[in-house]
Amino acid sequence: MRNIWVICSKELRSYFVSPIAYLLLVMFAVIFGFFFWNSLGYIVNMTMQAQMEGEPFPMNLNEQVIRPLLSNINVIALFFIPMITMRLFAEEKRSGTIELLATSPVSDWEVIVGKWLAAVLMYALMLLTTVFDFVFMFKYGNPDWKPVVIGYLGLLLQAGGLLAIGTFISTLTRNQIIAGAATFGVCLMLWVLDWVSQFETSTWAQVLSYMSVITHFDSFAKGVLDTKDVIFDVTVIFLGLFFTARSMESLRWRS
Amino acid sequence: MITVKGLTKRYAHNTAVNDISFEVQKGQIVGFLGPNGAGKTTTMRMLTCFLTPSAGTATVAGFDILEEPFEVKKRIGYLPETPPVYPEMRIAEYLTFVGRLKGLTGTDLRSRVDYSCERCAIADVRDKIIGKLSKGYRQRVGLAQAIIHNPDVLILDEPTAGLDPKQINETRDLIKSLAGDHTIILSTHILPEVSQTCEQVIIINRGKVVATDSVSNLQGRARSGESVLLEIGGRNGGIDPVAVQRKLEQVSGVTRVVFKEDGQRRAVFEVEGQKGRSLRGDLARAVVESGWDLNELRAASMSLEEIFLQLTGEEAPAELAEVAAGGQD
Repeated sequence: MRNIWVICSKELRSYFVSPIAYLLLVMFAVIFGFFFWNSLGYIVNMTMQAQMEGEPFPMNLNEQVIRPLLSNINVIALFFIPMITMRLFAEEKRSGTIELLATSPVSDWEVIVGKWLAAVLMYALMLLTTVFDFVFMFKYGNPDWKPVVIGYLGLLLQAGGLLAIGTFISTLTRNQIIAGAATFGVCLMLWVLDWVSQFETSTWAQVLSYMSVITHFDSFAKGVLDTKDVIFDVTVIFLGLFFTARSMESLRWRS
Repeated sequence: MITVKGLTKRYAHNTAVNDISFEVQKGQIVGFLGPNGAGKTTTMRMLTCFLTPSAGTATVAGFDILEEPFEVKKRIGYLPETPPVYPEMRIAEYLTFVGRLKGLTGTDLRSRVDYSCERCAIADVRDKIIGKLSKGYRQRVGLAQAIIHNPDVLILDEPTAGLDPKQINETRDLIKSLAGDHTIILSTHILPEVSQTCEQVIIINRGKVVATDSVSNLQGRARSGESVLLEIGGRNGGIDPVAVQRKLEQVSGVTRVVFKEDGQRRAVFEVEGQKGRSLRGDLARAVVESGWDLNELRAASMSLEEIFLQLTGEEAPAELAEVAAGGQD
């Protein structure tokens, strides 16, 4: 446990001594702020129109603002995940510091979990920047807070899985750009797999659709905590880290 | 301290290390010598548990590298060819991180960081960012990193590569000063480094050990008796090499005369004598008395370079086998 934290804190520090952490945080905050402003502006406009026309407009912040907003963040996050994971192992392999880690009395698992945890914390910090926007919403509106919490839990779980995949891909190359591009491709694929369900209903299409991360985010966005989706995300995390460990082990044979 | 038995590393298309065995005693500095691509780094990587051997095994400080890699890792300090430093970190911060990785905590960690900085002469720059340091300083940080947990064994892969002559000397002195506390294996392809720094040398070539011995023994073994190089010139016009050779062979104590090269008015011979006999005086007298000019006379001592070439080169397979066989006892 101690070793995991040693690795994790070192990784977090290196995010923050380079511009990457600030870039990610600022970009994410700005893009999210823009989305937030847009959806609030839209609903305010709709309500005013409805009032002028004398028709009651069924206003529900959770349904009309938060749910689409959460789905939107999830899309933006897709672009950010490769930027978080691409250097994790590729950089260590390029600079040779992987030899330090591999010859220190720490297990591969501790190194991998430490690095992955740092990536998850980095992502969580990004999500934290959205608190500012939600403070306003809770001050001037009256949304239900539970679906918001569940939605964020879903974001974290899903990102955990994609970050684990990114961590794995980062062990395959010593080139950060390749790691980043490949991670982006795989994440995007996992995203759009669900589209087959729009025209196909065969078993294969169902399997593909089930493998898509978006299928499993829908209920989180609605504020519904479904064990099926939690298990899916946890499985992706586990598989990603498992393959990372296998890849690390193969380094000891190939170098 | 280190026992290597039949260590082998095979890749898909080549064998990098082929059935290497040797032993290193406690407190020794051992030079691991070989041309580039001989398998030095691969052997070191197996000893440090970075690579898994295809066959054979080794024990470090009594622990097997396959059975108890954790215990081995705790007792080894390793400096790879490029120092494994994070350029964005400060020296003290980096050493603290490495110390934690090696299991140090609290005041122990702090005092070891201070000690390593002191020892490797980087205490005055400990708050500098590693990426901005010169190569020499980075190498010292690499050494500090290797000794941070006070390991029994230090494994240094080409510790002086890429340094300027002043830095090379400083690094060598530093390594020598570390010898008391640690058993050291250092690899190099630079020969003087071995004769200056190491007590023991292991020569490897193409993944095999060609010789294991102390530096002085190795120099002694490669040549049996005294060997002298003579350059002889003729007084008027040319000289007859055959006549000279016959004359030299008659000098007492001479066992062999080799005609090496012929110039316009000169000839070069290598003369070997019996063990323990000095030939030079008699040879000079014989040449001058025969009316030839003695242009040059010097001892053809074998430098470590020549031994190295003899041992690793292809052109002298007989001697190679001989010395290698001698190295096994």
